Amino acid sequence: MTITTVNQPSLAPPATSVGVVGWMRQNLFSTPLNGGLTLLAAALIYLLVVPFFQWAIWNADWIGSDQSACTSDGACWVFILARMELFIYGFFPTTEYWRVDLVFALLAVLIVPQFFERFPHKGWIGLFTLTGFPVAVYFLLVGGSFGLEPVESGKWGGLMLTLVLAFVGIVAALPIGILLALGRRSDMPVIRTICVCFIELWRGVPLISVLFMASVMLPLFLPEGVNFDKLLRALIGIVLFQSAYMAEVIRGGLQAIPKGQYEAARALGLGYWKSMSLIILPQALKLVIPGIVNTFIALFKDTTLVLIIGLLDILASVQSAIVDPAWGNVSTEGYLFAAFSFWIFCFSMSRYSQALEKKLETGYSR
Amino acid sequence: MKRITIGLLGAAVSLSITFGSAQAGTLDEVKKKGRLTCGVSTGLPGFSNANSKNVWSGLDVDVCRAVAAAVLGDASKVKYTPLTAKERFTALQSGEIDILSRNTTWTHTRDTSLGINFAGVNYYDGQGFMVSKNLGVKSALELSGAAVCIQAGTTTELNLADYFSQKGMKYKAVVFDTSDQSVKGFESGRCDVLTSDQSQLYALRIKLNKPGDAVVLPEVISKEPLGPVVRQGDDAWFNVVKWSFFAMVNAEEMGVTSGNVDSMKSSTNPGIKRLLGGDAGGKLGLNSDWAFNIIKQVGNYGEAFERNVGKDSPLKIGRGLNALWSKGGLQYAPPIR
Repeated sequence: MTITTVNQPSLAPPATSVGVVGWMRQNLFSTPLNGGLTLLAAALIYLLVVPFFQWAIWNADWIGSDQSACTSDGACWVFILARMELFIYGFFPTTEYWRVDLVFALLAVLIVPQFFERFPHKGWIGLFTLTGFPVAVYFLLVGGSFGLEPVESGKWGGLMLTLVLAFVGIVAALPIGILLALGRRSDMPVIRTICVCFIELWRGVPLISVLFMASVMLPLFLPEGVNFDKLLRALIGIVLFQSAYMAEVIRGGLQAIPKGQYEAARALGLGYWKSMSLIILPQALKLVIPGIVNTFIALFKDTTLVLIIGLLDILASVQSAIVDPAWGNVSTEGYLFAAFSFWIFCFSMSRYSQALEKKLETGYSR
Repeated sequence: MKRITIGLLGAAVSLSITFGSAQAGTLDEVKKKGRLTCGVSTGLPGFSNANSKNVWSGLDVDVCRAVAAAVLGDASKVKYTPLTAKERFTALQSGEIDILSRNTTWTHTRDTSLGINFAGVNYYDGQGFMVSKNLGVKSALELSGAAVCIQAGTTTELNLADYFSQKGMKYKAVVFDTSDQSVKGFESGRCDVLTSDQSQLYALRIKLNKPGDAVVLPEVISKEPLGPVVRQGDDAWFNVVKWSFFAMVNAEEMGVTSGNVDSMKSSTNPGIKRLLGGDAGGKLGLNSDWAFNIIKQVGNYGEAFERNVGKDSPLKIGRGLNALWSKGGLQYAPPIR
């Protein structure tokens, strides 16, 4: 007699542990405490988020051109749309908006390839973004050559000014920071001392006081009749300040490289610059990507400090527009718009750095 | 990469350092550059603010436009430099701007110790109070025991303390950082009274949900004469700015407006003849049509006032102290003769 053992088909799991109910039991109501917290969170969402969306979307006014269009209880986005030109272009002459648009478009076209794994000539595009592009932007925005009407920096403002400050800060601070970091670890005492002094000086003062010095004190020291462009003064201040921070971030990466790497480079007969650029820096920079991007994001947000020296960046132009008596109390809408604009840029920088880390596998993730 | 960056910075530096000869007067320099550089606020409604077309407008801006019209014949040839309160005097002293027209109060200390001169008063302001209508208060003297919203670090705080102790009244200060916040505080009932310069109060009142429910009390507890400022030691330029403003006030007094200035040019009234022609401009180093350009392009003082802060603006500030002397106010310009 043969015995056949047939596995009975397994019973379906109890209804309470699958599907939506199961997921909720497992994740939201696993213990009485968690259940209570879930209910509390739901109540908070209902009390805070729902009214916010009601105010910001369902009850908001979108269409119109002036205050009379804002009749509902909700947000008056009409104000943001009506003053959008000020927030983006500042006081740039209306007929020259295309120059700013072109710069924005160029920046987008140059940045997009960096998000793709395999894009032809990606490296060269990246190099152009950091070298040729700033030159092109300089000629486009400043004007005065190639038949372009000159636009003085006093007319720059809004998002465009914020991006100029951040981009110049980023492009200039990284190479200067690398040189400072290398200088600080140099064997040559003079260079090392200079770099240490520079870094410690600029890290030791708040950015706000650097900007104040640049805008209030510096003109008093210059001979009468000699005037620096205000924007340039602020830019130099930001670059000097951020390069000191960048230097310390990169020094962290340099110190994390094992000594064997330096010795191996030397054993291969590489000189100082070759060993640095081929062996040490590629590894060190990879290691400190989060730190570098962190500094970039901080720099991007720090650019708003220029409002205290009377440069109308995006936040300052929002502030000057919300006091316009032609509109009611639109300060909430204005500040939300400014915050959202900053969030978009900072968040995309953060996502980009995470993608970069993943690609370069720098985390030594276990 | 670094070399290019440095090269770029170098180019920017060489392009933007401007060497002006220190000896030449401001008037000649403005004429040579063909442009007036004017320091304004970073956004004060009615005085200097970007309007809906992203053009600077306001009562302070109109002073700059008037000077540009007088000197260059074109009111639009002005470069506006937005300045914060802290850097405004430095910008003037260092020659970055030619005129400071930024709701600056004329005080003894500023006039005597900063190396600057006030060229006139284009707005007589003063600290006032705004209360909710349903409080039923008619005068500041009834405010004893009130909670008062103020902005931190301003002279209004000191004036308030002076006023209340003088009158033997008590108050509770509720301090805010910005005017936005103080409006919100007033609206949510954290204080009964909001105090600030009167021109500010009118601007803040618009930002209330129900502007009609708040009233500005008649009392003014401080003197805040606001006016354009120039560097000390350049008397020719000082005269140009001073008389450009006086021309606007004189024009209002004589009934010359931007609308009728063309026909007024053939007027037989000797005062108007001296204003719109004659040698008054020549004595200032300007063309003889200097005042004509001001009035044609900017308007007289009354027009500028009503357009920017008065009945044709959302602020709806009454003329009050800023009416002509002949109508019970303080605006009085020496005669052009």
